[in-house]
Amino acid sequence: MELRGTAVIVTGASRGLGAALAEGLGRAGARLVLVSRDREALDAVVERVRTQGGEAHAVVADVGAPESAARVAGTAGALVGPAEVVIHNAGTLGPIPLAPLADTSDEDFEQALATNLLGPFRLTRALVGSMAMRGRGTVVLVSSDAATTPYPGWGAYGVSKAALEHLGRIWNAELASTGVRFLTVDPGEMDTRMHREAVPEADPSTLPSPEQAAARVLQLLREAP
Amino acid sequence: MKHALQDAPATVSKQAGRLLHVDLRRGTLVDTRIDSLPELLRPGDLLVVNDAATLPASLPGTARGEPIEVRLAGEEPDGTWRAVVFGAGDWRTPTESRPPPPALAPGDSLRLGPGLQARVTARSDVSTRLLWIRFAASAERFWSALYLHGRPVQYAYEPSPLSLDRVQTPYAARPWASEMPSAGRPLTLELLGRLRSRGVALARLTHAAGLSSTGDAVLDGALPLPERYELPAATVRAVAETRRQRGRVVAVGTTVVRALEGAALSAGGELRPGPGLTDLRIGRGFEPRLVSGLLSGIHARDSSHFELLSAFLPGALELLYTLHAAAGGYRGHEFGDSTLVLG
Repeated sequence: MELRGTAVIVTGASRGLGAALAEGLGRAGARLVLVSRDREALDAVVERVRTQGGEAHAVVADVGAPESAARVAGTAGALVGPAEVVIHNAGTLGPIPLAPLADTSDEDFEQALATNLLGPFRLTRALVGSMAMRGRGTVVLVSSDAATTPYPGWGAYGVSKAALEHLGRIWNAELASTGVRFLTVDPGEMDTRMHREAVPEADPSTLPSPEQAAARVLQLLREAP
Repeated sequence: MKHALQDAPATVSKQAGRLLHVDLRRGTLVDTRIDSLPELLRPGDLLVVNDAATLPASLPGTARGEPIEVRLAGEEPDGTWRAVVFGAGDWRTPTESRPPPPALAPGDSLRLGPGLQARVTARSDVSTRLLWIRFAASAERFWSALYLHGRPVQYAYEPSPLSLDRVQTPYAARPWASEMPSAGRPLTLELLGRLRSRGVALARLTHAAGLSSTGDAVLDGALPLPERYELPAATVRAVAETRRQRGRVVAVGTTVVRALEGAALSAGGELRPGPGLTDLRIGRGFEPRLVSGLLSGIHARDSSHFELLSAFLPGALELLYTLHAAAGGYRGHEFGDSTLVLG
């Protein structure tokens, strides 16, 4: 896929992997709409992309909120045109320190599902019709090995990621003939704030950077038809 | 006999899907369902949709110290917006019963929410409700603020406010439409997939569908106002190929008819890709050059949409259509049932 000129939405773009993806995509010439709840951090990422010659626009939104999908899709459509790629990167672990399922409240479980599963579902639904009508589109779901490995304490997050991966499989099956593809990516462990909060005992210097993971995702997109 | 159509609130219309098929070849009216569309079309036909997403075009605010509601009615090439302004009140009051706004003139300021200040740049000669306004914010800040504070245009027949996602077609793309291009609302991805499997080609254009009602009878009489459109090159090729192969070009919605026929008229009968503006008014006696069928809503006889529908309906079928739709309990408005007129 030629990234230059491609309209891309990245959620969770204010830090970590999302910010690294934004900078990499910006350098590659993509037209970016970046989404996060954190306006200040998001504006800083937009500025970094622009300083490097890229195009980026900030949309402050909580992807877990029901009204966000139409807002993000519409704003993106106005600013960069119909999205050709959406990268669902926003995610939440839930309260830190991580708690076993038996100690997880309804609210925390629901919040993890809202951000990690329902948000991507709603935003994808708002975008795939237009992608299908154009005969092409790519939806990237950022997952985790917690989707398949039952790490104690990662219950709500792991369940949401497992469901997210299956969501991608079903979308893929339903839209197989339309030119819309779903890619599920496990970026592996990275030195991010989320990782430091979840695994405080880990030595960050031993972990790959988000930029290294972002480079692999960009390569995946470039190699896609 | 009562000829009125029933209203169809969005809340009850999810399973609706009734389709009144006007078969021009046989001169008959057939009660069917939207699910049957693939069987009513033929391999080689082309279905053209309007992929404009619906704007959060309604903005409450104040002007000259009085409450107003602004409804955005289309962006002009110079970045100003055409806007219809209402006085105090909200959508629960039918537009024709809404009070007029305070008298506004070029230079007046409109406060339409945080980050959404606008200035009046011009006023229409047709109606004092129709203004041109310019927002102060940059494009990014304008669109973010519009999507934060704006709401879709609402309808008095709805029991509760419609959210933005409820007024989008399944393939909505760029937000150009002041109100939903509602003829496409029943076209689910599943149904579009079955149409493709049947050999029916699909194409799209973007047309800035305008407001359906302004509360001013004189201005309502001038609707639809000139509207912008954009024709992709692939759609122009698909229309030409369909006609060459003697297939039928079926428009989904009156906006698609306006865009295709308006574009053809402005270029001597030839469709050309790219942007355009049409002020074409289509009604009884108009002979479509390109479009041979129309999928639309169910329209009351006194509506501008019916006027356009009548370009496809022989006079003998007009009254029959009206009587049949009313007697059959067909539901009108944006979330109602559908009509397919096809020869």
